[in-house]
Amino acid sequence: MSLLRVTSPHVSGQHQVSAVMRDVLLATLPGIIILTWFFGPGPLVNILLGALVALITEYAVTALRGQSPRIAVSDLSVLVTSTLLCIALPPYAPWWLIVLGVVIAVLLGKHVFGGLGYNPFNPAMVGYVVLLISFPVQMSSWATPRGLAEVPGVLDTLRHLFLPDTIDGVTAATPLDLLRQNTGLLFKDLLTSRPELTGWGGVGWFEVNLAFLAGGAWLLYRRIFTWHAPVAMLAALGLCALIGYDGGSSESGGSALFHLFSGATMFAAFFIITDPVSSAVSNKGRLIFGALIGLLIYLIRTLGNYPDAVAFAVLILNFCAPFIDHYTQPAVYGTRSKDE
Amino acid sequence: MREIHDIHGGIHPPERKSLSRPGELRDAPLPARLVLPLRQHLGTPAKAIVNVGDTVLGGQVLAQAQGVVSVPVHAPTSGTISAIEPRPIAHASGLEDTCIILETDGADHWVRCEGIPAWQSVAPSLLVERIREAGIAGMGGAGFPTAVKLNPGATKPIETLIINGTECEPYITADDTLMQCQADALVEGALILAYVVGAEQIVIGIEDNKPAAIARVTEAVHRASADIEVTSFPTKYPSGGEKQFIEILTGQQVPSGGIPADIGLVCVNPGTAVAAKQAIIDGKPLTHRTVTLTGEALGKPGNVTACIGTPISHLLGDAALSAEARQRIIHGGPMMGFAVSDLDAPITKITNCLLAPTARELPPPSPAKPCIRCGHCAEVCPASLLPQQLYWYSRAKDHEQLSEHRLLDCIECGACAYVCPSQIPLVQYYRAAKGQMRESEQEKRRSDNSRERFEARQTRLEEEALAKEAKRAARKAAAQEGVDPIQAAIERAQARKSEQGGTP
Repeated sequence: MSLLRVTSPHVSGQHQVSAVMRDVLLATLPGIIILTWFFGPGPLVNILLGALVALITEYAVTALRGQSPRIAVSDLSVLVTSTLLCIALPPYAPWWLIVLGVVIAVLLGKHVFGGLGYNPFNPAMVGYVVLLISFPVQMSSWATPRGLAEVPGVLDTLRHLFLPDTIDGVTAATPLDLLRQNTGLLFKDLLTSRPELTGWGGVGWFEVNLAFLAGGAWLLYRRIFTWHAPVAMLAALGLCALIGYDGGSSESGGSALFHLFSGATMFAAFFIITDPVSSAVSNKGRLIFGALIGLLIYLIRTLGNYPDAVAFAVLILNFCAPFIDHYTQPAVYGTRSKDE
Repeated sequence: MREIHDIHGGIHPPERKSLSRPGELRDAPLPARLVLPLRQHLGTPAKAIVNVGDTVLGGQVLAQAQGVVSVPVHAPTSGTISAIEPRPIAHASGLEDTCIILETDGADHWVRCEGIPAWQSVAPSLLVERIREAGIAGMGGAGFPTAVKLNPGATKPIETLIINGTECEPYITADDTLMQCQADALVEGALILAYVVGAEQIVIGIEDNKPAAIARVTEAVHRASADIEVTSFPTKYPSGGEKQFIEILTGQQVPSGGIPADIGLVCVNPGTAVAAKQAIIDGKPLTHRTVTLTGEALGKPGNVTACIGTPISHLLGDAALSAEARQRIIHGGPMMGFAVSDLDAPITKITNCLLAPTARELPPPSPAKPCIRCGHCAEVCPASLLPQQLYWYSRAKDHEQLSEHRLLDCIECGACAYVCPSQIPLVQYYRAAKGQMRESEQEKRRSDNSRERFEARQTRLEEEALAKEAKRAARKAAAQEGVDPIQAAIERAQARKSEQGGTP
């Protein structure tokens, strides 16, 4: 009999990285379904193409780096990156945009820093921002939602994907674009001036945000992440919108409901800023991290050149995360003062 | 009813306590040979005072305490000393240490033991001395000499004695069984210890997964009509850590780097209290202890009273071990225990459990994956540390950050590693880093010392040089003033001569 020598603890809980990633992927499903309903098969096709590219890239890179590609692929983290990026991309983007975005996210976002767990920035947002700056035209052509135009079929979608220049006409500005371009209309009048802006966050957008909120709530219930960052971000964004509402004048920054339920707000709150690797570590730190992202989203949306505020806000706060960590270390047992 | 406070973090691993049938206690058979390490406690090892070939009786002192933080070792039964030499001991690093080998004769002849039944009329300092002579060291696992704990010094008045009956480690039921089977001795021991430290209040805290122990101890308290509070609290690992236990019962935290006496508390294990009762009332030294033998690889798991020094192989054989090809034997529990590297090693005063799991029961760890900083570890850390940060800094050997993130407040409970989805052996990193920090601290002290010595020497040499220089300058000055040193010397000599001439 030989004795097995390992260190304590000898028992381990049944937690797995792959299970965490699987839960995150499952939680994106309601959002993806609603996106597909309103904007046609585009998002779904993007996600599938992105997943394929991501798996190939991850496999190749880890093989080149002398790691085990099977283990790297099986933790599903690369699928989370590609899925989150592709959800954020325009539904009828050309194929090369998807491929480029995913490859940049996986290579520049993750592997140049050392792979899973080492990336200081959110990889999906790195991919998104590189595309946004490099290809502003393709990146700002969002689709027209169902009810305002015919939603393309699968064949049309594939044609868009691989022969992007042959078809035209399904793209439209997003509600956030419309708000930013508004000059002269009262906020109330702006909402009625365009059919895209009916509903609280624009046609389709309200429902999409609601679906991501539902997915996020499920992840919270599964204790994949804590409530601190999402709640702080939504609260800060809502508060800023209340302050900047300006009575709904033509200079108004938009209502709180509009900001909370339009664009990528809920998606960002529950799927982007909750990336543990690139966010602050302590609960207090996450509150600050989330709140500052909320503030930046509002500032960039109302004052910035790009309406796609989330990606920039997240990357800027990724920079700040170590700094926040330094000042938000929790009080260790035995170090709190007596009168507390 | 006492207000129960919650601690930060904690986990709920499968308890598996019923496997060893808590509440049933049998005697382990006497082995042919006992191996008694000279150091079974924290502190200076004891010094052997017997020689090879000596015949000894049960209860006889085999090794004397050396210094204050040390306890003696007694013979658990009668027999002959066959060797005093290094032997493998139960140690996390598989070390050897000097042991006294006692060939038992089976007669179990004992020295005469004289107790102090009327202990209330004896000075506490005398009782502390008795406890020290009985060789008692904390039986919960750390093995800190109990007499030292009972002497916190006059500046730290003790208000409350608390008995830690938590036993939060999965599988282990030794304290549970002891509290059930020896509740009266526990109560008496608690009264004695409270008298010794001058505590006005006694609290026995037991986790609520041990209803039988709570009932037995409560009955015993009533029987003795003692003023002792028995309190229970929700089961959670690691509530039994001394600092955690104190926070649960009192809401107070032991200051970082401090001891419970700093906030007026002394905390002991039930086994220690029972041993104190036996030392004072019965006059018996600590020679036996309760050990849980458990795990699915054992045919006859259970709790036994075993002679200290019994080889692990003997106890496991008695519990019908059916070993696997790569068997893991754990000294202590599955959360904090260590894997034994030699089954000839003996059990000691701190051995509360021997766990022999099957590979299916406690599968070997899977390879570690990268940390994704999910933060589950920080959520469960009972010390409110940030284990994921400590992990990075441990890997980077960044001692400055490690001490800033208070690595030394880590109690190595293993809750972080338990929940880690990447299966990173976090505790191992922390232990290694703590060792390196201690080493570099010593290194720094050594180099500080030699620097100070060097600097002292430099100053001395400089001072000597200065003094020489000053002398030379003085002589030079004198010469310049016109006094001829030779003339002066002649005058001095003549003066002496005339003096001598004047006295025949």
